[in-house]
Amino acid sequence: MTALLETSGLQKSFGAVVAANDISVAARRGERLGLIGNNGAGKTTFVNLVTGYLKPDAGRVVLDGADIAGLAPRRVRRHGVSRSFQIPQLFASLTPEENLLIALGISGDDGLSSWQPARSAAMTAGLEDLLARFRLREYRDHSIAALPGGVRKLLDVAMAVTHRPKLLLLDEPTSGVAAEEKFALMDVIMRALEGSDATVLFVEHDMDIVGRYAERVLAFYEGRIIADGTPDAVLGNADVQRYVTGMTP
Amino acid sequence: MAGRLGILAAALAAFAALALLGRVLPNWFVLVATLAFAKGLVALGLVVLMRGGLVSFGQGIFFCAGAYAAGLTMRSLGVSDAVLLVALGGVASLILGLIIAPLLAGYRGIFFATLTLALSMIAYGILDKTYSLGGSDGINLHAPSFLGYQPPTPQAVSYALYALTCLVMVIAAALCRVHFDSLRGLLSLAARDNEIRVEYLGASVRRVSGVNFTIAALLGGIGGALSALSLGHIDPDFTFWTTSGEFVFLAILSGYASVAAVFVSSIIVELVRSFSSQYFPNTWQGALGIFLLLVILFLPQGLGSLVQRRRRSQSQSDLEPAPAPAPVPAETSQ
Amino acid sequence: MNLAAAIFVDGLIDASWLFIVAVGLTLVFGVLNILNFAHGSLYAVGAYTAASAAGWYYGGQIGPPFFGYFVMLGAALLVAIAIGPLLERGVLRLFYRRDEVVLVLVTYALFLILEDATKLIWGVDPYYAYEPYGLLGNVSVFGLSYVGYDFALIALALVTGLMLWLGLNRTITGKVILAVIHDRDMSGAMGVNVNRVFVAAFTFGVFLAALGGAFTAPKISVQPGISISVILLSFAVVVIGGLGSVEGAAIAALIVGLARSAAIHLMPWAELFIVYLVMALVLALRPEGLFQRTTLRKI
Repeated sequence: MTALLETSGLQKSFGAVVAANDISVAARRGERLGLIGNNGAGKTTFVNLVTGYLKPDAGRVVLDGADIAGLAPRRVRRHGVSRSFQIPQLFASLTPEENLLIALGISGDDGLSSWQPARSAAMTAGLEDLLARFRLREYRDHSIAALPGGVRKLLDVAMAVTHRPKLLLLDEPTSGVAAEEKFALMDVIMRALEGSDATVLFVEHDMDIVGRYAERVLAFYEGRIIADGTPDAVLGNADVQRYVTGMTP
Repeated sequence: MAGRLGILAAALAAFAALALLGRVLPNWFVLVATLAFAKGLVALGLVVLMRGGLVSFGQGIFFCAGAYAAGLTMRSLGVSDAVLLVALGGVASLILGLIIAPLLAGYRGIFFATLTLALSMIAYGILDKTYSLGGSDGINLHAPSFLGYQPPTPQAVSYALYALTCLVMVIAAALCRVHFDSLRGLLSLAARDNEIRVEYLGASVRRVSGVNFTIAALLGGIGGALSALSLGHIDPDFTFWTTSGEFVFLAILSGYASVAAVFVSSIIVELVRSFSSQYFPNTWQGALGIFLLLVILFLPQGLGSLVQRRRRSQSQSDLEPAPAPAPVPAETSQ
Repeated sequence: MNLAAAIFVDGLIDASWLFIVAVGLTLVFGVLNILNFAHGSLYAVGAYTAASAAGWYYGGQIGPPFFGYFVMLGAALLVAIAIGPLLERGVLRLFYRRDEVVLVLVTYALFLILEDATKLIWGVDPYYAYEPYGLLGNVSVFGLSYVGYDFALIALALVTGLMLWLGLNRTITGKVILAVIHDRDMSGAMGVNVNRVFVAAFTFGVFLAALGGAFTAPKISVQPGISISVILLSFAVVVIGGLGSVEGAAIAALIVGLARSAAIHLMPWAELFIVYLVMALVLALRPEGLFQRTTLRKI
């Protein structure tokens, strides 16, 4: 089966620090992968390399047959790659509704209208659908600053799933969220993604979340991938336990 | 927010009211209003820019380009039709804007502000020393005609110019309002808040800035041409930093919630200025400065916030976008 | 050859002036992250104060002529002490939490206010303080006659630059300032009193601006309007050199000084244009300027 995303030999250094060391990964269409590893292990660097925020020093990133390594985030988005952010990147002076309208309105070819009012009929269907799926209806015209942390996260992810991305990268979707709310949050996100065949990669520190929502796990350490397999296999891996989870039996 | 039909109706009503007012009020007020509205157009352009997060300290360059295009055409080519001259002023300024925009495209914040200032002052230096263009004395203009009609008296000329200015102002205001209410208008606000997210969503912040800059240039040129005809004179001071400073002040004072606020502010400022220049000629800049500080401190959303209708569960300043987006680990800039 | 010599020497003199004037701006930017638009006005205030002080000193024949230089230095110090803390604590501090663009507008407002303040205090007629200018006689270089004072300015620039460099790199206070320039938050976390560094750095920046004005006063007619070209030129020098870098300001001042000198001799109308042309070229090759002091992104 052809991979949707295939990276080969990805390399990135910042001075003496090797943040990505020969990363070669293949992900299938519709696969759900968890990325784990300590801070500085290279997970976010990987996400940044795939989404175009960083240019690799070497290596390739191929998405659905197209070479996207080194392209700007704008162009990478056009190839169907989308991401959410560890700290939600929102438009703070706009309402959640307006945030979503922007996300919905920006299609790849800058086809934004200067003439139609922002809340035109064409946009309403998509907007209501997103608000419903991500449980944002009651917050639709609140100010961003007043939103609870989990809602901000949901909005951040909701903005990323417009226009049916082929590949969705979630950077620590439950970080900063109270422990008892983490599962609820992931539930909403994953349920909202039901029915889409997007490949989802999510960076996570919480191993319970990883165990529950990922079908495959990649463990990062010092820029390399040290384990790749099912959650049980990876979490039971001795190296992973020593370097990542610290959960030795 | 009024629908497009509502905006059109408001525009027509405003024009009718202003035209009537101009007939009733004394001539000196008509002159002041014409100049105020012409400058208001430039400030409106600056508001368009500022909604996208950019502040230009050099809009005078477009104000001047429009004025000189109109003035030189009148003097050298003998054209005296006001409508044509204003259109020419706008086009000339638009072209200048299209040329300059790529030079400034990558810059924001203080860089953008100071670069625009520098460009306007470079233009000042050139015009000041170029005697074929009038040098520091500038050029005097004669009364324009209006689509074949030559007003018989100076009062009639000023009224005709006033009416033209009001018409242009009302059209520009309506179009800007529609633009602000559209998705593209919303995108400017988004770009101001969070450039990174805009890029990740697939839009180009550079393109947003470029479009805004060009619109501002066009409005600046039209305002300049109208001012030139109203004053009957063009000189390099049109692009001097103090002129640009006034537009900045106007834009900050109005805020960007209400387009009408721009023109109300400009009337107020112009009235205050004609009063103060008679009695306190050396304190105009300082007064502007103090007011600017006060507005930034106490009325950060400008006068327009007084008519703002957007619902918020918490008040927020339009002048302050979100605190800087959290560190997204990256070494290189895009 | 005479022309080339003239351009070169004039360029050196101009470069010294540019360095003294711009280095305060880059320092304030490095430490406080504010591009102080009012920098030009502070220069003007320094010039006016020094002109008044020189007028008082020489007019009243208070003491030996060469002591007048110290009077002018004192004038610059006075300006710094009087205005620096007042501006930083009283005005700028109110806006620190706000967006960078707001601070630009605030210093712009200060610029406007100071412009008229100088007009109110000193009037609009020019001031002359030519006595110090003639004290050092004339010097002949490459067959051209120059006023000794201008060469003294070169010496002043060198001394200032050296003392700044030594002060920043070889003293503990200097290292603290460098730390704040490099990473304000981290310095604060390490126990540095960042607020105090801010006031000190800003006041020192005011001093440098006023110093530039004070020692330029004898060469020019001090009148309204001298501030705008200062901010435009300083900005270019600071950007070319790299925001926050003293060495960068020195090299940039040299480049800009020579370029400007060439323009003044060959195409006077392009005087300001060439400065920004040079800036555009430098930025095209090195977008952060020649020496990058401030890291613009945090990991």
